[in-house]
Amino acid sequence: MSTLSTLPTAQPGTDRVLRRRRIRRTWGRPWLYLPLAGALLLMIAPFLWMLSGSFKPEADIRRVPPVLIPTAPTTANYGELFGKLDFTSMFANSVIVALAVTAGNLIFCSMLGYALAKLEFRGQRVVFLLVMGTLMIPGLVTFVPLYVLVSNMQLTGSMLGLILPFLAGPFGVFLMRQFISTLPDELIDAARVDGCRELAIFAKIILPLTKPALATLGIITFLGSWNNFLWPLVVAQTESQYTLPVGLALASSGQSFTVFGVLLAGAVIVLLPVMIVFLLFQRHFVAGIATTGLK
Amino acid sequence: MTSMSSKTLPAGRGDTSRQSTEGSERSADRRHSVLRSTARGRQARAAWILAAPFLALFAAFTLLPVVWSLLMSLTDTQSADLRTPLNVSFTSFDNYVRLFQDDQFFTALRNTAVFVLVALPLTLAAGLAAAVALDRGIQRFRAVFRVGFYLPVITSIVAVAVVWKTLLEPRSGLVNLVLGWFGIDGPAWLADTRFALPVMIVMAVWRNLGTVMIIMLAGLQSVPQSLMEAAELDGAGPWQRFWRVTFPLLRPALLLTAVTTGIGYLQFFDEPFVMTGGGPLDSTLSATLYAYKQFGNGNYDMASAAGYVIFVLIVALTVLQFRLLRDKD
Repeated sequence: MSTLSTLPTAQPGTDRVLRRRRIRRTWGRPWLYLPLAGALLLMIAPFLWMLSGSFKPEADIRRVPPVLIPTAPTTANYGELFGKLDFTSMFANSVIVALAVTAGNLIFCSMLGYALAKLEFRGQRVVFLLVMGTLMIPGLVTFVPLYVLVSNMQLTGSMLGLILPFLAGPFGVFLMRQFISTLPDELIDAARVDGCRELAIFAKIILPLTKPALATLGIITFLGSWNNFLWPLVVAQTESQYTLPVGLALASSGQSFTVFGVLLAGAVIVLLPVMIVFLLFQRHFVAGIATTGLK
Repeated sequence: MTSMSSKTLPAGRGDTSRQSTEGSERSADRRHSVLRSTARGRQARAAWILAAPFLALFAAFTLLPVVWSLLMSLTDTQSADLRTPLNVSFTSFDNYVRLFQDDQFFTALRNTAVFVLVALPLTLAAGLAAAVALDRGIQRFRAVFRVGFYLPVITSIVAVAVVWKTLLEPRSGLVNLVLGWFGIDGPAWLADTRFALPVMIVMAVWRNLGTVMIIMLAGLQSVPQSLMEAAELDGAGPWQRFWRVTFPLLRPALLLTAVTTGIGYLQFFDEPFVMTGGGPLDSTLSATLYAYKQFGNGNYDMASAAGYVIFVLIVALTVLQFRLLRDKD
């Protein structure tokens, strides 16, 4: 630095270098903002279109070329959803099913996950391989006999039929086992020495420590259930048993663009709750997904 | 001694503490191992208690259906009473033969193959590019970009498909409106056999690149700065630094996202169900949609057979990805 400053010709050059470095520290590479902003616009344009369309009155929907911002915003589309199409009960169904499925997975997957990660028992390897092996099996393979099974149990058209097959999924076991195996063994050994019973170790020591993994699994499972389509489409039989995606898909099939505003309002109802939850908790959410991927 | 202990402790956990054991302490050691074995019995009992609820549900709703489905695919369910699944006539591979004689199934397989082979590499490349751009190029507003790119991932495919269907309406949709600004007369996207499947590929990339981006971004940020500086000192250019230093470190995470995304893509169903019903002229009929239609027509055997064909494809794709992306060491 001092040698450089003795050279008069180098002075403006170093200034430029230092300035560039400062810019890079606060901005990165400024020319990248424009293409990234363009890409960002492409990513969120469908959501903006959805939101605007859901408030469009009939006249705007029929207009060619379309208008981007509703001329006289109306909530009539939402009125029709909750009035004629009974989205209220579909919403309730989606919430109940997703909560039950999430609770089941959190409980059962953490239990098996702990056993596989920290306890020794005969058949451990077989259980692990069996459960992991089914991660690759497409839903479609199990779904036909599952349908026969559930209908033999007289559960088609009941909430239980929507919930029961998803209460214990292999992905949750994988995630919980991965996380629990990073916890120190010494913790468990110390508890054993202190005379803590095996199941109490799980409930009182391990479970509180797995909160971050449980949060990740909870979010992923809730979303998966909320967005699940094929199974509720097959099992739900009357409109009062539909979940939101089923109601929306059946409302949209075979319809012309005249109900377009109603469909977009329906999409808002399906997407908005999870989007709000995501925006509120995105930091934890993203951290959870990222670590899951890296392990 | 070491061979014995490794036999009694198959997992090998806690073995390191035993290395100091001398001959004189052998009896103490034996007493210890007796204590250990009862402790292990207690552990095993606890393990099975913890595993039982999951395994019961898993056996009933996953294992049983998997086996049952295989049996169904090998029987003629038309004449069978499904309530008594064992009272059926085995027809060996007749359903599979019928499946592969069906031109519509081939169309479905071809569409699925095109969808996976185009959408999967594009998704991985777009996600990786977004991650690199955000990691290197952007300091300000990074969270905004990250959230925006990730947002489509959490959405319901059904809802998104409905939105895209309206976006793509030839006369009243946004896409052709924007194309019109540039003087382009956009086609009737979903009603055109040339465009319907490509549109779904674009949609899949749009929806899923965020997953790849998030995981790659975390990977990029865990690349040690010292490693990059060392490579730079050794004269590696940015391109070389990426392929020789960064990429090998990202490979395990990339493999995981490639496998999970690939499994999802091979079961491609919701978009054609909502947007086109498989049309026009079967141009978006996917293998899963084909199976669903067989199921809807009461052909449970054919639907199961199609399910197993998809399963075999998933295994093949996964093996291929492991070959291509695994660490070469």
